[in-house]
Amino acid sequence: MIEPITLTLLAHDSFTPSDGIFDAFTAATGIRVSVVTGGDAGELVTKAVLTAGNPEGDILWGVDNTLLSRAIDADVFSPYQSKNLSSLDPASAGGIHGNEVTPVDTGDVCINYDIAFYAEQNLTPPLTLRALTSSSYRNQLVIPSPLSSSPGLAFFLATVVEFGEDGWQEYWKQLRANGVLVVDGWTEAYTVEFSGSSGKGDRPLVVSYASSPPAEVLFSNPPISDAPTAVASLTCFRQIEYVGILRGTKHESEARLLVDYLTDVAFQGDLPLTQFVYPVNVNVVLPEAFTKYSLRPENPLTMEPSVIAQHRTAWLDEWTQIVLR
Amino acid sequence: MSTSRSPYRASAPALALFPALAIAVFVIWPLANIFSRALSWDAISRLSRNSSIHQVLWFSTWQALASTLITLLVATPTTYILARYRFVGKRMLLALVTIPFVLPTVVVGAAFLAVLPNSMHRSLAAILIAHTYFNIAVVVRMVGRRWEQISPLLTDAAATLGASPLRTFRTVTLPILATSIRSAAAVIFLLCFTSYGIIRILGGPSRATLEVEIYTRAVQLGDLPGAAVLSLFQLVILAIAMWWWIQPTPGANNLARIQMYATVPRTVRQRLVVYVVGTATAIVISVPLVMVFVRSVTTGSGVSLKAWRMILGNHATGLGTRPPLAAFWTSLQFAITTACLAGVFGLAAAGAIAYGNRRIGQLEALVMLPLATSAVTLGLGLLITFDSGITDLRSRWIMIPIAHSLVALPVVVRVILPVIRSVPQGVRDAAATLGATPWQMWMTIDRSLITRAWVMSLAFAGAISLGEFGASSFLTRRTSATLPTEIARLLGRPGDLVQTQAFVLASLLIVFIAVSLFAVDGLRPDRVAT
Amino acid sequence: MLHVDNISVMLGATEIFHQLSLDLATGEVVSVVGPSGSGKTTLLRAIAGLQPLVSGRIFVSERDVTGIPTYRRGIGMVFQDNQLFSHLSVFDNIAYSLRIKNTLKATRQRQVDDMLRLVGLAGFGKRSTTELSGGEAKRVAVARSLAAEPEVLLLDEPLTGLDGELHRRLLEDLSVLLRERGTTVVHVTHDHAEACELSNRIVDIRTLSH
Repeated sequence: MIEPITLTLLAHDSFTPSDGIFDAFTAATGIRVSVVTGGDAGELVTKAVLTAGNPEGDILWGVDNTLLSRAIDADVFSPYQSKNLSSLDPASAGGIHGNEVTPVDTGDVCINYDIAFYAEQNLTPPLTLRALTSSSYRNQLVIPSPLSSSPGLAFFLATVVEFGEDGWQEYWKQLRANGVLVVDGWTEAYTVEFSGSSGKGDRPLVVSYASSPPAEVLFSNPPISDAPTAVASLTCFRQIEYVGILRGTKHESEARLLVDYLTDVAFQGDLPLTQFVYPVNVNVVLPEAFTKYSLRPENPLTMEPSVIAQHRTAWLDEWTQIVLR
Repeated sequence: MSTSRSPYRASAPALALFPALAIAVFVIWPLANIFSRALSWDAISRLSRNSSIHQVLWFSTWQALASTLITLLVATPTTYILARYRFVGKRMLLALVTIPFVLPTVVVGAAFLAVLPNSMHRSLAAILIAHTYFNIAVVVRMVGRRWEQISPLLTDAAATLGASPLRTFRTVTLPILATSIRSAAAVIFLLCFTSYGIIRILGGPSRATLEVEIYTRAVQLGDLPGAAVLSLFQLVILAIAMWWWIQPTPGANNLARIQMYATVPRTVRQRLVVYVVGTATAIVISVPLVMVFVRSVTTGSGVSLKAWRMILGNHATGLGTRPPLAAFWTSLQFAITTACLAGVFGLAAAGAIAYGNRRIGQLEALVMLPLATSAVTLGLGLLITFDSGITDLRSRWIMIPIAHSLVALPVVVRVILPVIRSVPQGVRDAAATLGATPWQMWMTIDRSLITRAWVMSLAFAGAISLGEFGASSFLTRRTSATLPTEIARLLGRPGDLVQTQAFVLASLLIVFIAVSLFAVDGLRPDRVAT
Repeated sequence: MLHVDNISVMLGATEIFHQLSLDLATGEVVSVVGPSGSGKTTLLRAIAGLQPLVSGRIFVSERDVTGIPTYRRGIGMVFQDNQLFSHLSVFDNIAYSLRIKNTLKATRQRQVDDMLRLVGLAGFGKRSTTELSGGEAKRVAVARSLAAEPEVLLLDEPLTGLDGELHRRLLEDLSVLLRERGTTVVHVTHDHAEACELSNRIVDIRTLSH
């Protein structure tokens, strides 16, 4: 009897698909899947770069566009063009010229605001990045640091796209003068300092995801029907997550089958309600619970992975000097 | 009293071999690998001239010194009543003050953010308070163990010579405690210098220790050479601190026998001190813990047990369908394995240090090495060291308990070593005259005296594993989450219910740790036969 | 000099003695004898202020010291097992009370040397207390207490545990020393012969209570 092949899928800690999601894959191919999670996307890429060519697993889930170039430059992946590529959202699938990775989901990092706060104050919530420097919103914004947080970095990149490589510095000076609060990570920003969520902090504006308002509804106790928070759609930066076959795997052809499965309708349809991200497969019908409160920005800000990789360290050094010192 | 040769000296090298080998294989070799791959003169000169690195170095050092000093001062009254008096609830209090030491930083960080006023979020004060909170147990246990062995007649003698209580404390008690205070200070300094989670959660993004900077460089900026240089700096600084720590003090181990002098408080004043200090300690330690429970039942509109029902019913934790109690079992398995590994290696190491000559005694500093090593750097080192053939341990289950054991080893050694050292030589001599071989002597004399301390150290190792979040969260990948990582994952998600579930798991972790520590202190004898 | 007036002491629920009285003239050496467990050590601790009283008063040189803490009573005590400070040298043990009084360094040096000669341990100053024999340790303990120049000195079984020749020599030395210095001493022992040699007066503790 031949020992069935088990593929190891490496992923970040937020990879939480439904139980038994790989059963159909195993039934169809005879290949088992073992999910190994550890750390955030940054740690994932750091480790993948160190072990390039002699990987810890067969497939890597969760490199995003802010980290992608680092991984590609280190020759971490073995290229593969998925047979589902034509069904994937072209906006997300573009830019990967060597087919090193395949997009799997997208999410938008946006300013979230506390609806009740602005209703009580009779104030319009800030709808653009520019508005955040207005004195009406003094001491209202809390953000996770781009040095230690992935949504924090996405928000920073949004400002670079919006105000240009030479303009963001001035914007951040104004933001600092306007009392922006920088905290370590998303958890402290959203669950402690933000007034619209469980922590009941005193800042009505926070950097979070476009999918945070539906999560507030779905996971509220007792159940509520309207989200207490909303998203400023013009402030969004699109994060794209990718999956790639790790160069050096002993199961290259099986790993390709898994990439196809991960981009197929069945798996993609599981993503919205388990991980609160948008699938990239255009054939997926989004569940109502997800679409009802979530907002999909029409023209999110975004940036080429190669540009991010090229400037990231210098920008963050400069940002640190402007905002933290 | 002369120090006679240990009858076990011959076995010391063999005992030392295993723990030394383990540290060489799982710490020194991986570090050497990562250093040889990433270190460069270029990076060293680049970073040693970088002024923001100077700031980081300076901040790491002085916040660790300040934390150590404050902890020593704050812990003194509590250590005093626990060492000198017997009172109702003493064991409970001892277990209580130990809970923070083994709690994961995610839980303590979240609890402090909930307890502290907003104005103290991301402040230096928050860091110092949290460091003190974590490390009170180190003083209570390490200094208290010595303090309870000081005969009250000795301080009586000072009084009959005209010394006031304060003067007696300064001229008699303090000098006798000096060695234990220095040991405790060294451990606290080490832990605070390498502090990571507390600095990030409570200190905010503008404050960084070396460990935080190493993480930022390695993970966020992809500057591995820079991270390697900084871990080398850290290692050198802490090696100097450890060298200072192992310098023996004359007359330090002149304990002829283990005798504990805790008494029932007699005078009104003594009762008042015990009552006030005991109550204050219990309140201060409990407030953040109670806040975790409060948060586990608080929702947007009042009190609800829904999160408890979901977790205890093992329902999906909101996002994903990972059964929440699975983390509980995973943690338990890791804890038991860690207790076994650290227990065996720790006993061997402590035996070698106590019985061996001076050179083998240096093992005492070596076992502290895992605490002085940057967790991130060690994790990356392990990753490129154990990566092929049968040594490909990277995704193996055993890697986590090994990592936990490295962290627990210094604590296990610190718990057993003083007890091994205080076994009276006279009793062994008596056994020898009765014809006992060294092995029979050890089995009949030492073993019975050491067993309690050893079992206690096992429980400590288990508790450390249960709460371990720092090093191992980076060391390797997991096929299944532990309680601390699951708590961190849930805290990182939006939604009332998810957040309260995180606090439910944290509450369970606290209860779990409290029960095991309370069981340990139940083992602790109030008085050993002399 | 010392006036113990109707003191009662309880240890837990047990009454150790009831309304005990004892008077000593200046320079008098009194031995209190009695079987073990009769409360001899407790009596000394009560006089020194180390054991709270249930009732009664204690006077030293007409001064009521009942509520005064041990360290301000001017009463010295040699403990049964010496209680030398093992973290200090022999010299520093004897100099302990002199340091508290802020005695000048030169004076202190001379006084300690005198004390060491007096107890027959000249040249022992630098030694560690852990290297001393039983008899030597006792001599250091006596010297340490005498250096403080107490108004009353309490000796708790000072010679118990020393045997034969050593016992005899130390007893002689102690007897001469105390008489020469004219120290007022309460000495407790279970050994009648020792009491006879050392003291002016011998009392049985059981006769002191009402």
